[in-house]
Amino acid sequence: MKIIVCIKQVPDTTEVRLDPKTGTLIREGVPSIMNPDDKSGLEAALRLKDEHGAHVSVISMGPPQAKEMLREALAMGADEAYLVTDRAFAASDTWATSSILAAAISKLDYDLIITGRQAIDGDTAQVGPEMAEHLGIPNVSYAEEIQLEEGSILVKRQFEDFSHMVRAKFPALITALGELNTPRYMTPGAIFDAWSNKEITEWNRADVPVEDSNIGYRGSPTRVAKSFPKTMKSPGMKIEEGVEESVEFILDKLKEKYLL
Amino acid sequence: MNIEDYKGVFTFAQQVHGELSNVSLELIGKARDLAADLETNVSVVLLGHQIGHLAKELVAFGADRVIVIDDPVLDEYRTEPYTQGLTAIIDAYKPEIVLFGATAIGRDLAPRVAGRVHTGLTADCTSLDIDPEKKEFRMTRPAFGGNVMATIICPEFRPAMATVRPGVMVKELRDDQREGEIVTFDYTFVENQAYFQIEEVIKKVSHKIDITEAKVLVSGGRGLGDANCFDLLQGLADALGGEVSCSRAVVDAGWLPKEHQVGQTGKTVRPQLYIACGISGAIQHLAGMEEADYIVAINKDPDAPIFNVADVGIVGDLHRIVPLLTEKILAEKEK
Repeated sequence: MKIIVCIKQVPDTTEVRLDPKTGTLIREGVPSIMNPDDKSGLEAALRLKDEHGAHVSVISMGPPQAKEMLREALAMGADEAYLVTDRAFAASDTWATSSILAAAISKLDYDLIITGRQAIDGDTAQVGPEMAEHLGIPNVSYAEEIQLEEGSILVKRQFEDFSHMVRAKFPALITALGELNTPRYMTPGAIFDAWSNKEITEWNRADVPVEDSNIGYRGSPTRVAKSFPKTMKSPGMKIEEGVEESVEFILDKLKEKYLL
Repeated sequence: MNIEDYKGVFTFAQQVHGELSNVSLELIGKARDLAADLETNVSVVLLGHQIGHLAKELVAFGADRVIVIDDPVLDEYRTEPYTQGLTAIIDAYKPEIVLFGATAIGRDLAPRVAGRVHTGLTADCTSLDIDPEKKEFRMTRPAFGGNVMATIICPEFRPAMATVRPGVMVKELRDDQREGEIVTFDYTFVENQAYFQIEEVIKKVSHKIDITEAKVLVSGGRGLGDANCFDLLQGLADALGGEVSCSRAVVDAGWLPKEHQVGQTGKTVRPQLYIACGISGAIQHLAGMEEADYIVAINKDPDAPIFNVADVGIVGDLHRIVPLLTEKILAEKEK
């Protein structure tokens, strides 16, 4: 069985702070990490490999520095790594990104493609399903449990207050929830191996069979018109008194607002 | 593509097991504002099996027209047949705008449809409007983990599509006298390679709570200390006729299940009253609750960011304040 896992290097948005004076992002010192949902997707692939035997490839689109993350994936146990990188791919929205990745993946053999549900820097959850659409294969989103069966995958697919048990025939794409598992750590031997002995295949514009009209800024149907810091509402009253006084204060305010 | 040919604001009416999701009604409310600015009308797409009775409800909440496909293949939500149905309707009617709820269904269906019709899709919008001069549709969403806001446009492709966060838009009041057109759309589904099979529908057995529907939320954070302290919050929530919610830290610690979580990766809530207990107020949490009508925050740390959005901030120990507050509210109700 051949599995391809799509992974993205993202800034750790939980480490981002806002400049209190200007309201802009402080980007310096924010670490880059493997997107958490993608890491769960990779772990799911590696568990299928452990249990049933599989060839696991990881693929990422991004700047050359994403190689660090691909090496981490190799050190976790992936067999092969691909980096799709070119200035022509910069500023792609989800349509263009999914077109480029689908075209790159179409050069490889696969039974199963796993992506994370969403990336923490964009939170769109769109690239996985859009890739499946370009490839003409089923996508099962929000996978919380997976199980391999002959020629197909059984997925527990999460909704807000119920789940589906879905059977999708290969080839298929699933998007992984963080709840799917806890990703493993790299071992020292594997780290050495990944950084010294393994190659990362780099694909540039000419290597990816995709139309110019579907890539980069010009191939992106959506455009960012503007971005701006979030405006917070102005704070109300703050008191620092004893327990009794605090409770009376809350009660008065709730009555004043007819909330009691 | 001649974008001038695309007219009208369309929404997807999500129904699950014969019940309309609340966000479907919220979308119609927003679509009416947009349609008024564009001098057009609102059509609602309803897909499912034996769901005809829901069409009138959609009219009562503001649909000018409801377009229905009723077919056994649509009984349980599946990505491919729903994509086929919706794409056929888009091809036939050429809407200018299509809105979906940013739910587990909407966030699966919308990208598949956008991929098929080749257009732009903006995820998880919290504000939608029309530029008064250019008449351009503007979709605003939090980006970068809720740290910044981005306004997105879709200048050259139609329909412009967006998923919208549940709980952000406001539904109109139900008016059963309202009139609207109900159209049955004929479509023959074609089973293809992208179909999958549903083996089982698993309904969650736990007491179903929906924090987005609650009028009062008593919400706990890391400052609670441990899982047992939720009894305190439940007591206060019961006294106020509300529900208990929480921050991400609480879910990560395993103190409460995910459906209670408020914030960027949880739910957006706008209750009449939100009492934040021991929540520091990370930006990801604020993104999910700052629209609450009235916010009371109790926290030991006088510099906690939650105080920046609170109407009433109490610097103090929640373990002592909450029990007394609960007692006084119950006494107040006795009167």
